[in-house]
Amino acid sequence: MQFMLLFSRQGKLRLQKWYVPLSDKEKKKITRELVQTVLARKPKMCSFLEWRDLKVVYKRYASLYFCCAIEHQDNELITLEIIHRYVELLDKYFGSVCELDIIFNFEKAYFILDEFLLGGEPQETSKKTVLKAIEQADLLQEDKTKDAECPRSILEEIGLT
Amino acid sequence: MPAVSKGDGMRGLAVFISDIRNCKSKEAEIKRINKELANIRSKFKGDKALDGYSKKKYVCKLLFIFLLGHDIDFGHMEAVNLLSSNKYTEKQIGYLFISVLVNSNSELIRLINNAIKNDLSSRNPTFMCLALHCIANVGSREMAEAFASEIPRILVAGDTMDSVKQSAALCLLRLYKTSPDLVLMGEWTSRVVHLLNDQHMGVVTAAISLITCLSQKNPDEFKTCVSLAVSRLSRIVSSASTDLQDYTYYFVPAPWLSCKLLRLLQCYPPPEDGAVKGRLVECLETILNKAQEPPKSKKVQHSNAKNAILFEAISLIIHYDSEPNLLVRACNQLGQFLQHRETNLRYLALESMCTLASSEFSHEAVKTHIETVINALKTERDVSVRQRAADLLYAMCDRSNAKQIVAEMLSYLETADYSIREEMVLKVAILAEKYAVDYSWYVDTILNLIRIAGDYVSEEVWYRVIQIVINRDDVQGYAAKTVFEALQAPACHENMVKVGGYILGEFGNLIAGDPRSSPLVQFNLLHSKFHLCSVPTRALLLSAYIKFINLFPETKATIQEVLRCDSQIRNSDVELQQRAVEYLKLSSIASTDVLATVLEEMPPFPERESSILAKLKKKKGPGAVSVPDLEDGKREGGELNGGGERGPDSAAMSASNASTPSPSADLLGMRSAAPMSAAPTSAGSLLVDVFSEAGPAAPSAAVNDDGFLRFVCKNNGVLFENQLLQIGIKSEYRQNLGRMYLFYGNKTSVQFASFTTTVSCPGELQSHILSILRLNVQTKPVEPVVEGGAQIQQVLNIECLTDFSEAPLLNIKFRYGGALQNLSLKLPVTINKFFQPTEMTSHDFFQRWKQLSQPQQEAQKIFKANHSMDTEVLKAKLLGLGTALLDDVDPNPENYVCAGVIQTKGQQVGCLLRLEPNGQAQMYRLTLRCSKDSVSLRLCELLAQQF
Repeated sequence: MQFMLLFSRQGKLRLQKWYVPLSDKEKKKITRELVQTVLARKPKMCSFLEWRDLKVVYKRYASLYFCCAIEHQDNELITLEIIHRYVELLDKYFGSVCELDIIFNFEKAYFILDEFLLGGEPQETSKKTVLKAIEQADLLQEDKTKDAECPRSILEEIGLT
Repeated sequence: MPAVSKGDGMRGLAVFISDIRNCKSKEAEIKRINKELANIRSKFKGDKALDGYSKKKYVCKLLFIFLLGHDIDFGHMEAVNLLSSNKYTEKQIGYLFISVLVNSNSELIRLINNAIKNDLSSRNPTFMCLALHCIANVGSREMAEAFASEIPRILVAGDTMDSVKQSAALCLLRLYKTSPDLVLMGEWTSRVVHLLNDQHMGVVTAAISLITCLSQKNPDEFKTCVSLAVSRLSRIVSSASTDLQDYTYYFVPAPWLSCKLLRLLQCYPPPEDGAVKGRLVECLETILNKAQEPPKSKKVQHSNAKNAILFEAISLIIHYDSEPNLLVRACNQLGQFLQHRETNLRYLALESMCTLASSEFSHEAVKTHIETVINALKTERDVSVRQRAADLLYAMCDRSNAKQIVAEMLSYLETADYSIREEMVLKVAILAEKYAVDYSWYVDTILNLIRIAGDYVSEEVWYRVIQIVINRDDVQGYAAKTVFEALQAPACHENMVKVGGYILGEFGNLIAGDPRSSPLVQFNLLHSKFHLCSVPTRALLLSAYIKFINLFPETKATIQEVLRCDSQIRNSDVELQQRAVEYLKLSSIASTDVLATVLEEMPPFPERESSILAKLKKKKGPGAVSVPDLEDGKREGGELNGGGERGPDSAAMSASNASTPSPSADLLGMRSAAPMSAAPTSAGSLLVDVFSEAGPAAPSAAVNDDGFLRFVCKNNGVLFENQLLQIGIKSEYRQNLGRMYLFYGNKTSVQFASFTTTVSCPGELQSHILSILRLNVQTKPVEPVVEGGAQIQQVLNIECLTDFSEAPLLNIKFRYGGALQNLSLKLPVTINKFFQPTEMTSHDFFQRWKQLSQPQQEAQKIFKANHSMDTEVLKAKLLGLGTALLDDVDPNPENYVCAGVIQTKGQQVGCLLRLEPNGQAQMYRLTLRCSKDSVSLRLCELLAQQF
């Protein structure tokens, strides 16, 4: 896979993951072009299209479009299910995910994606295993924040830091 | 308030994000962002040391701002600081920032690499994974340099946690993609391949992407993966839907891994081991069988996962192209999908069938679906699906259904989407040409194309119809009649005017007998379009007019009148004005004879790859158009006419087309120069080509030298090739005897007449090589006629009587389209062909070397390397020379020494050779010592041009 984009029906980019080196300018150009192309398609159309020398696989979930660019020899249907599995992961983690969850917790969306796909290829397809990894990390965070946060705010209030 | 955030939650961040969301305008958003940036900047610059949490929060805000599409030019250092935090959460944000925003600030890269190194050696699996994710996300060359040797170790180490192995495998894949030279698997290869056997499905899933990529590049080193992949696949395919627990996806066991395994197998030919192959065929059959079973779930995820495996299996079956039974089953399965209610499946079935159409086993089976595909072209609502249908029709087209398919494509063109019209036009034009049985159908088709989609008919297409009409007398009258009729439409496309002008200018006489299309009627018809046309078309029409003057003297006065009027002779366009002036002058002063010579009918165009095919290839990539070549390949067969070498040719073709300003728009090949001086000035022009290559003005035959030298170290290959003729050679030598097979291939579709060949030995050679026989009656005699597309063979028997230095000459004469062709070539018979290799020890070699110490026995040359100095290439050349390449003789292992005896009828000449390469200077020193002086000299001369 070369890249994955998440964008809203209004064309706002919510997540971008690039697995090939491109300049910021190119990334912006590609994003603009693809968002436009995909949004212009009608609901019953097929989920695949040829785009430049790549294949684009996309699917809409509620207000969000998930869009992947794959190479010629890659499998379209299995890519569609990569998208679905990622949606399932987000859904399970956030508890019926909505666009707002991804906006406010964008870093989590990236972390989950990194556990699932790495370098554009599936790293771990088991839903349980991916979520376990993320939840363990959250546990680490919560412990630490409890320790760290209380003294910090007190200190900050009296202006000692 | 924002939605609840998970984990630790950074309130400041959430507040900022909702502020941004509440901004009513773009300006307000930018204002809010600038305020935040100023705030963060002051925090980073402030005197107070920030704690980890604040740093993390601000870095995260910067990241958010960047992802909104704004530039971020600070904060990198703070992010790098976070990497060395021992709080997981801070480290994680630091890595995320780096992954998204890294730039090639070398100072920073060093710090980042340092942090990564620490985490990799921390033995804390979560830290290791974070570091590996970062490498995989950034994948820069600097990172490859720092870690490419470390990661394979982590990947195969026995005590590495599974999750770390998974990250390591894909991390390595990313580095291999960016810097393949730095990732060397070497000793790890076999252990990496054996990851396919790992108990943990996640490890196998991650590892297989790496293995597939490495196998594509180094198939031999990784070929043991084939049997492992087959047994893994077999276990998955035969497992019950619940066996694999969480790796089962909607009742489909391990769909991602299955697809990847099938993909990996496509890097290799079918397994040679019968048992492995049997097992694999069984798997493929099971997958095909499962497609017929009722679905275990109504969910689309179930059928997608199942069909993903099915399509990948079909790809593998097509890749093997050796199991007719499986191919036909695959085709039937795809046939069912063609009518499936899921658009996605119809799309993929059309796409996959396109490749099936190119297999000889399934081509016929694919053709049975023609009605469904035509229907898809007419009724599919999605243009991308219609496009696939058009591709498939193109792929399944052959002589039996060409008329139907071309007709359907033409009628589709009337309503086709603008985005695909040009490609459709090219495809119709190619099919029409390729499968034309009678050329009147071809002409009708192309004129229809121009009528229906004139704007999309590129120059290549209408040039081509003219080339074909010019080259085939049987269609010229019909073409003239048809264009004449087409031009009568009140509004006809400018491309039609161009084709019409050209064809009537050449062949208008063929229909002039009919009073309804008398010369004047023809002229008036053409001229009625004149004022509506662009400059290039008008220029072409002017040329047609001067041709009319030659064809029909009775039109001379009328046409001169037209040329003389101010709008022509004083036209503001230089080209038009010049033509008008020159044509007017030409028609008034030249005698009828001169006029007839200058304005003679165009000679046939040299046959070459259709320029439209080249254009389509350029547009779609070679794969997309290879399909109709199938039949060609079968018909032409022979290695000399094979389609394999067309690639570069076609690229050159289209390049020359692009750079030449509309070659055939210029009827006479005279843009500004007078027609008589049609010297080959611009190499790309079609018409100039005609004159220089095939025209009657080129009967002289310069001896062609280039081919000759390429055969000093080899015996087989293509000796000569131009647009008309290809000459291939196969030869074998034993002792002082040789036999050479010459293959003459006619590359055109027009026959060569009076084809004769003679071999002569210049000067001294006459007495040496006595028996070069012309046509050998035992095999295929050279017949005086070589049909278009045909190849004939000739055998030469060669005997070497004594040593020689000049090569025999081959002279070929034939007639092509009335023009006499004359060609002389040096036959690659060189003295070294009669070498017998001699093995000898170091001791013997130097003893012999000393014996040949007379100054005239030695010949030496020091010269610059013209070709690769690679050891293997050099060795291959020296072996091709016919001598024995002696190992361990020269004290310097860089040098090469060879020994051999040249066998002539009268005597044997012993030869020793030493080649000393100097890689640094890119120079060689070549020394030869032979028992006969002339041989030393000749060999030295020949060889100095080989390295």
